[in-house]
Amino acid sequence: MDILLQQIVSGLATGGIYGSVALALVMIYEATDIVNFAQGQMAVVSTYIAWSLLNAGVPYWAAFVATLAVSFVGGLLLERIVIRPVEGAPVLTVVIVCIGLLVIFNSALGWVYSYIQKPFPSPFPDRPLRVGNVYFGAHDIGALAVTILVLIALYCFFQFTTLGLAMRAAAQNPTSSRLCGIRVGWMLAIGWGLASLIGAVAGMMVAPIVTLDPNMMAGILIYAFASATLGGFTSPGGAVLGGLIVGVIENLVGTYVHFIGTELKLTVALAMILIVLLVRPSGLFGRTAVHRV
Amino acid sequence: MTGRVLRSGLLAAALVLAVALPFTVSNFRMFQFTQVFIYAIAVLGLNILIGFNGQFSLGHSAFYAIGAYTAAIMIDRWSVPYGWTIPTAGVLCLVAGFLFGIPALRLEGLYLALATFALALSVPQILKYFENWTGGSQGIVLTKPGAPAGIPLNPDQWLYFLTLAILLVLFVLARNLLAGRTGRAIVAIRDNPIAAEAMGVNTALYKSLTFGVSAAYTGVAGALSAIVIAYVAPDAFDVFLSITFLVAVVVGGLASITGAIFGALFIQFVPNWAQDISKAAPWAIYGVLLIGFMYAVPRGIVGGLRLAAARWSRRREPAPATESSRG
Repeated sequence: MDILLQQIVSGLATGGIYGSVALALVMIYEATDIVNFAQGQMAVVSTYIAWSLLNAGVPYWAAFVATLAVSFVGGLLLERIVIRPVEGAPVLTVVIVCIGLLVIFNSALGWVYSYIQKPFPSPFPDRPLRVGNVYFGAHDIGALAVTILVLIALYCFFQFTTLGLAMRAAAQNPTSSRLCGIRVGWMLAIGWGLASLIGAVAGMMVAPIVTLDPNMMAGILIYAFASATLGGFTSPGGAVLGGLIVGVIENLVGTYVHFIGTELKLTVALAMILIVLLVRPSGLFGRTAVHRV
Repeated sequence: MTGRVLRSGLLAAALVLAVALPFTVSNFRMFQFTQVFIYAIAVLGLNILIGFNGQFSLGHSAFYAIGAYTAAIMIDRWSVPYGWTIPTAGVLCLVAGFLFGIPALRLEGLYLALATFALALSVPQILKYFENWTGGSQGIVLTKPGAPAGIPLNPDQWLYFLTLAILLVLFVLARNLLAGRTGRAIVAIRDNPIAAEAMGVNTALYKSLTFGVSAAYTGVAGALSAIVIAYVAPDAFDVFLSITFLVAVVVGGLASITGAIFGALFIQFVPNWAQDISKAAPWAIYGVLLIGFMYAVPRGIVGGLRLAAARWSRRREPAPATESSRG
């Protein structure tokens, strides 16, 4: 029973990370109908920036904030410079451009930092938290808390600020928004910036668990896809909840179903994606797409 | 009409070039071209699915892997002559593709990309898991088959011509499939699925079938690659292979049969050039080229050539319609 509880909590911690990446995916998808295959790799770039800062002796939380700022600006510029020219191009073109970005980042990181795994520090104490008879990893709890804080901040931003409202409007109806004087192009760019920022948080929170290397996010991206699919690609809240569910399922399956273990981890994600798509293609909370003929 | 003559002329020239090639270049160069032909088969398969049928796949490395491992296991474990493994791989992938195509029916565009992306990512893991069949991470080492008795070719030359012959057969088959009634149905589904259905096209059947045919082409390519390289290992079939095929489809030109050749040439030789430009980060150069290509020639090489040809002929014969309306 204690092990079960522990596994659930650590599942929630990784689930929060999946949920964050899923949220980043959903934000971009909602605004531009693009699934950003480079999302994971962008997060790895952010994490390496944080690593460099930390190595230069910057205190953790200062490095954290600085990384978020750099990631935001980076994501924004990426949209303006790379994605904008193919706005409105066929889906395939956009996917290829995203994949091009993925490849560039991956290769450049390998070049600058090498493919050797690097330990990444956790800002939380090593000593596990003890509640009754159960021990919880401090990093698990901390990562979950940070993720939840970021999500609440985002929710408030989208719900209670004019900029957030403008961004939602731009995503929902670009033409009308433009007529109201909203600069839709810039709203999309800010969306990319925010997605990149969320990715940075996820990267910094997951790096202590999986150790940092340029391919760190490949597996996480696929779990984020599973989360977004489960929660529904049109529902930000659903994506986060989907992430938590997926994280818990992954941990429980890994612990209790012995023939799967960690060797077939990605196959579990594939199975989850396929099952959701077959049983309920729009996810738990997504809208069903309706076309007018 | 002149266009058709020009095209068959070019085709004949390309064929002569392809036949003369093994006797004029080094063995290594020839091996690279064998690889180009193999890629071209896989790329054509993927193009049938993406370009003609409008379905998306980032998972064709999985079918390539099934083809390669079918050949390797049959040759290595059961001592089946390699000639039999190629059609078997094709049929097996046809079935596998058809079955994967059934859930894919319910998925549109990006969802299909996601599902197939997940498929591609999980393939190396699955291959490593069934160790006593696949040899785990070690893979399976094969011996390169020689030419049949009486044919004076070295093994590399023999495999070159074998691959070329299979390529030609498959290209003609694809052309006939796509030019006929079935092909019109396939394209109609891409252009307007609802209208196609209203006209009596069995969309579900055709979509699954197209998935199957596409997978079969890729499977044949996979089997050929196992035989030509004489080695299979799980990490060769990762998601980057799928991405490479997709790149070839887009670079060569969507919905173009000859585009597959250009795409295959691109993915075979451009990474090498990238390596010459930068030893440290060849994939970065590749990525930059890829994005640049999407900006400059979004319709791919064949699309770009067609556009250029159209412009050129228009300039040569200044629009006859306007001339007559003036007079």
